[in-house]
Amino acid sequence: MGKRPFLGWFVTPGALCALGFAAAMAAVLQYAFRAHIPGSLEVGGFTWANFEGMLRPLYATVFLQTVWLCALTAFFSLLLGYPLAHALVHARSTAWKSVLLVVAVTPLFLGEVVRTYSWLTVLGNSGFVNGALLWLGLIDGPIQFMFTRFGVALALVHVTLPVMVIMLAAALSHIDRDYERAAHSLGAGPVRSFLTVTLPLSMPGILAGTGTAFAWTFSAFATPQIIGGGRVNMVSNLVYQLGFSSFNFPFAASLSIVGLALTAAVLGLLRIGTMRLERVGT
Amino acid sequence: MTLGPGLRALQVGLRLLVLAIIGFILLPSVVVSIAAFSDRAILTFPPTGFSWRWFEKALTYEDFQQGVRNGAIVMLLASSIALVIGTGAAMAIDRYRFRGRALLQAMLLSPLVVPHFTVGLGFLILAAQIGMARTYTLVVACHVVLVLPFVLRSVTVSLRNLDGRLEQAAASLGASPRRVLFTVTLPLLAPGLAGGWLFAAILSFNEFTASLFVTAQRTQTLPVAMYNYVREYADPSMAALSAIYIAVTALLLVLANRFLGLGRILGVEHGR
Repeated sequence: MGKRPFLGWFVTPGALCALGFAAAMAAVLQYAFRAHIPGSLEVGGFTWANFEGMLRPLYATVFLQTVWLCALTAFFSLLLGYPLAHALVHARSTAWKSVLLVVAVTPLFLGEVVRTYSWLTVLGNSGFVNGALLWLGLIDGPIQFMFTRFGVALALVHVTLPVMVIMLAAALSHIDRDYERAAHSLGAGPVRSFLTVTLPLSMPGILAGTGTAFAWTFSAFATPQIIGGGRVNMVSNLVYQLGFSSFNFPFAASLSIVGLALTAAVLGLLRIGTMRLERVGT
Repeated sequence: MTLGPGLRALQVGLRLLVLAIIGFILLPSVVVSIAAFSDRAILTFPPTGFSWRWFEKALTYEDFQQGVRNGAIVMLLASSIALVIGTGAAMAIDRYRFRGRALLQAMLLSPLVVPHFTVGLGFLILAAQIGMARTYTLVVACHVVLVLPFVLRSVTVSLRNLDGRLEQAAASLGASPRRVLFTVTLPLLAPGLAGGWLFAAILSFNEFTASLFVTAQRTQTLPVAMYNYVREYADPSMAALSAIYIAVTALLLVLANRFLGLGRILGVEHGR
């Protein structure tokens, strides 16, 4: 190794940035243990009350619903993302590969508001799906998709899918093709070589993708807010309401902290799973 | 290799499945683009007539115009600052071993998995604690932290693909570390840097949840303005704006793919 030219120049700005972020997170943590003074933005002394308040059925239900929606979304984006990532990595023509890539990642860069609004035009009572079904004479009145958990979950899968595809494609492209060729030459058919070679080797990517999808969905705000319309709430919606409608920032902070701990726990479990897998591999 | 009829059917089935998934991804974009040309003030399907009026309304709506201006300021500052910080950090983390390296890497990548509402809330509280108003500085700082992981990833991928022998050759011919950095390393990294900057810029321009917390009326970015519009009005102006958004974003990504190699920047493809 020896010389490390410009180390200080390279590291200092990044370290400052990390410090700023750490300070912001510390601010949330600190507020989570402060008392709320109704009608004031000032906070009181140390208290556990915020965390106790979270055990009330209203908040506990939202937590459970959030976790359920995150798990559901992660599962379905894995189910839809895997074939797409596989097709992307194994595409033979460059043109088809480019099409798949651009289609798969464009939604990621559209932002949550545009994507959610677009789902509104698809799922609304006079939206595309209901319009098409009515026109075909399959239904008499519009089916209610808006303000339902199904509608929220559908839009969430759409929001999370690109990240899943990127992570799975990264994992799949790292798999040495020679393993698949060896399986073929030893007489395994495509199905068997997929199930016994490709799928197990992509397991780390699957776990990483699922974890990121979970965290990503937990972060969603506009989708449950607009599609859920206040009837399907996630933790993010509560945090915003508590902060900007009731000005109860300490309680909002404590909800955020518990949410963060939950995300960290899920990611930690998946990390342990990945480490187990890697140990089996060696 | 010959395939049995069962396998053939499986292959066709898989292809149809991939097409169906692509259909699912494209559906909302297509539907919203059609709705944008509707002639009525409420969304209905199928549309009853054709008109450009919602594009006109969206482009002349003051909150949207202000949002574009604010968003552009924040985007240019945040993505450029993130590019400088991220390039340095990626070089140090990828090439050097130093104390706190793993911690620095984890801290800089963590905004990827920390919910954006938590990041936004954190910056809002921090600003309140140090007595800072909801200014552009706050929004930019928040965005830098949020887009930095993407710059870091993009630059790291390019660093890994870089042929180190060129730098060694320059150094062995007597170039100073500074000269090697500016005349060899950085030019070779240029596509990765451009890709990283572009990703950071697009993500910053579209960031919503954290922005909702840290922007004020005066500094609100376009996604925040759009969100406020959706909550108040139901006319297709938002559909028109979404259609423009979709067209511009898709165009940028097609160009990025053509000139910078999207797959390589995202790390889903290898080789030179």
